Amino acid sequence: MTEEVNIPGYDIPPEMEGQVTITALDKIYNWSRRNSIWPMMFGLACCGIEMICAATSRYDFSRFGMEVMRPSPRQSDLMIVSGTVTKKMIPQIVRLYNQMPEPKYVLAMGACASGGGPFKEGYSVVDGVDKFIPVDVYVPGCPPTPQALIHGLITLQKKIDKQSIKNVRWYSKDPVEPIPIPLLGPDLMDPRDYALIKQYGTEKLAEDQQVPAAEEA
Amino acid sequence: MSEEVLVEEKTELEERFPEISRDDRKGYEGFIVPTEKLVEFASVLRDEFGYDFLSSVTGVDYLPEDRMEVVYHAYQTTGGPGLFYKVQVDRDDPVVPSLTPVFPGANLQEREAWDLMGIRFEDHPNLKRVLLWEGFEGHPLRKDWREPFYEGDGKPFKSRWPGGEVIRAEDSNPFNKNVDYPGGFDPEQWTPANETAVYAGVGRLDHAVSETALSNDQIIVNLGPQHPSTHGVFRMVVRLEGETVVALEPVMGYLHRNHEKIGERNTYLMNIPFTDRLDYFNSMSNNFGYVLAVEKLMGVKPPERAEYIRVMMAELTRIVNHLTAIGFLLNDLGAFFTPLLYAFKERELILDIFEAVSGSRMMCNYYRFAGVARDLPEGVFEQVKNLVLHRLSGQVDDLDTFLTDNEIVRARTMGIGVLTAEEAIAHSAVGPVLRASGVPYDVRRADPYGIYDRFEFDVAVRYHGDIYDRYLIRLDEIRQSIRILEQVIQDIPDGPIQEGKPQYQVRVPAGEAYGRVEGPKGELGFYVVSNGKPNPWRYHVRAPSFINLSALDVMCKNYKIADVVSILGSIDIVLGETDR
Repeated sequence: MTEEVNIPGYDIPPEMEGQVTITALDKIYNWSRRNSIWPMMFGLACCGIEMICAATSRYDFSRFGMEVMRPSPRQSDLMIVSGTVTKKMIPQIVRLYNQMPEPKYVLAMGACASGGGPFKEGYSVVDGVDKFIPVDVYVPGCPPTPQALIHGLITLQKKIDKQSIKNVRWYSKDPVEPIPIPLLGPDLMDPRDYALIKQYGTEKLAEDQQVPAAEEA
Repeated sequence: MSEEVLVEEKTELEERFPEISRDDRKGYEGFIVPTEKLVEFASVLRDEFGYDFLSSVTGVDYLPEDRMEVVYHAYQTTGGPGLFYKVQVDRDDPVVPSLTPVFPGANLQEREAWDLMGIRFEDHPNLKRVLLWEGFEGHPLRKDWREPFYEGDGKPFKSRWPGGEVIRAEDSNPFNKNVDYPGGFDPEQWTPANETAVYAGVGRLDHAVSETALSNDQIIVNLGPQHPSTHGVFRMVVRLEGETVVALEPVMGYLHRNHEKIGERNTYLMNIPFTDRLDYFNSMSNNFGYVLAVEKLMGVKPPERAEYIRVMMAELTRIVNHLTAIGFLLNDLGAFFTPLLYAFKERELILDIFEAVSGSRMMCNYYRFAGVARDLPEGVFEQVKNLVLHRLSGQVDDLDTFLTDNEIVRARTMGIGVLTAEEAIAHSAVGPVLRASGVPYDVRRADPYGIYDRFEFDVAVRYHGDIYDRYLIRLDEIRQSIRILEQVIQDIPDGPIQEGKPQYQVRVPAGEAYGRVEGPKGELGFYVVSNGKPNPWRYHVRAPSFINLSALDVMCKNYKIADVVSILGSIDIVLGETDR
């Protein structure tokens, strides 16, 4: 363990090796976080099955300290968005994301979560979960193999290694604003887009009224 | 049943109902029934002619002829081919009498037809949207309805590469997202639809403070859509009296991926990979059902070796499915993860075979029209042989030894979630759920497809209709699958695996076809209507998981809330197929 977190350049007396470590706060903070990521037990679609596969004996992601899958967002650090995100489901996903305590990460698993995938053209599919919540790691594939998922998780660990306690989001002075929860109207509505939706509605109405008028003339 | 009996039956029906007419469009079959006679016709067909199993109800929008059609596929639970009947209604105001009073199994399917096609069913007890949400604009499966990323009526789209440059669908949408709003829509004036509609299905709770309300113990509990025991994004609204379930309503659509709308844009071949993603445990048998339906339309048959390979893959996938179903059921019962690890160990070995033949572990995309994609690679046959002859049956026996006599398993499952045979048939339940209730109905035997009539196997059947029997029947079926596989291994011939040349664009003559297979979860049907173009005009999936859920309410009533979780686990639903 000590070799992993030691900072090179400091000599530790041989009799103390293995008992004493000299390191930076950032390093030990990140080291402990990256080795105990608790993912949320949250399968959306096909990719969820491969996520379970990654937990079973052949792939076994508990080797990375990630086997503790939590069904509650309040106890988890990582949301693996494993599958197609539909318009009916996205309010719940945003709500779950808001409920997760900081520090939190999102991994978009598979083509659907990353960008809509094969179902992108469909009327009730959100074309990528990153339209609503920030994504840290994208894992391509339809579905990604468990190996690919594990690679994605290792990538996330590398990302955590590079973070610094000085400028992380969750220690900033201002509280982190929750993401506004989209609503189900005639179509999915993002509260951040209200002005745009209103403008679009008025323009479309004018256009619709113009067409019959032109036809009559 | 022989052809003559069928013809006789049909004449008899025509004499009984002079109003009905044969559907004589080219490539179509069955009867066209006037709307006012529909309920009577269906009940006579059930009570006097023995067509007691309403397999599928779906709508078709014939836009050029300006009418809507509702298609019913009826079968006999004693076996034999089906009888199809249709009603035709005006497209502007489609109203059809509901068959739910006669066949409760039509409930969810009629709701789906209302949701996606806008066909109103009179006297339906609970007609509201099922896959989309209340307040959604329009009925998306109507042919003149266009989604926000609309690019064209049929693939391949030309619009994606004008001038050799790729255009992203987002760029053509003002919101950069897959959304569209009606003209004049103002979000600030809009009031969100509350959940009242969802709760209406379990009955209203009286919240006014009165003496009766205070002494009432009933509460409404939501399970899902994010809940570890719902097998995905499924939601149940349960009305409880203390801990006892009074009413239950399944709420779905959280994984509605527009399978049918996309399928109508795709060419026939392009749909095969999409069927993989329906029931993502069993992509092989999904492929099987779809290619059967299209092969019926095309009038082709695969060569002998391909037939054997198809059966081999379909039975292997059945083993995968039943093993994982048992694992997940035990998960729900509280034996967290250990039995599932055993199940997934075998699953991995079978997925290795799938990966070797098709290139992908889960989404195999392996069957083709009149054949399969490629022959078994070198060494795979030996792998299958080893697995089937030397390994699988031992592993199943292991599961059997560990679980079947386990005291907790027996206490939690025996006599729980009982579904009687009559209820199961009335609710159009299929697969292990139907057979555990004592109805020996298996499409492989009742209406054989492919080469299933050649194999010797027993239709597994159990008689108690509880969770325990639904668990046992899965073990039985794995053993029967192993039996079929042994015969396949013995008999598989050499030869070509594709009839004719493989084609990207198949020619499918106009007409309709209903192809069904006994998938691991039950009868999986594909209803395809062709008008001779490269894309299907209508493409409907009769999903076993979806229709089995209409019996969930009956199964859960008067049991405890903790049992709901295991009852759902014993039906073995998969959300990709439920919501499509």
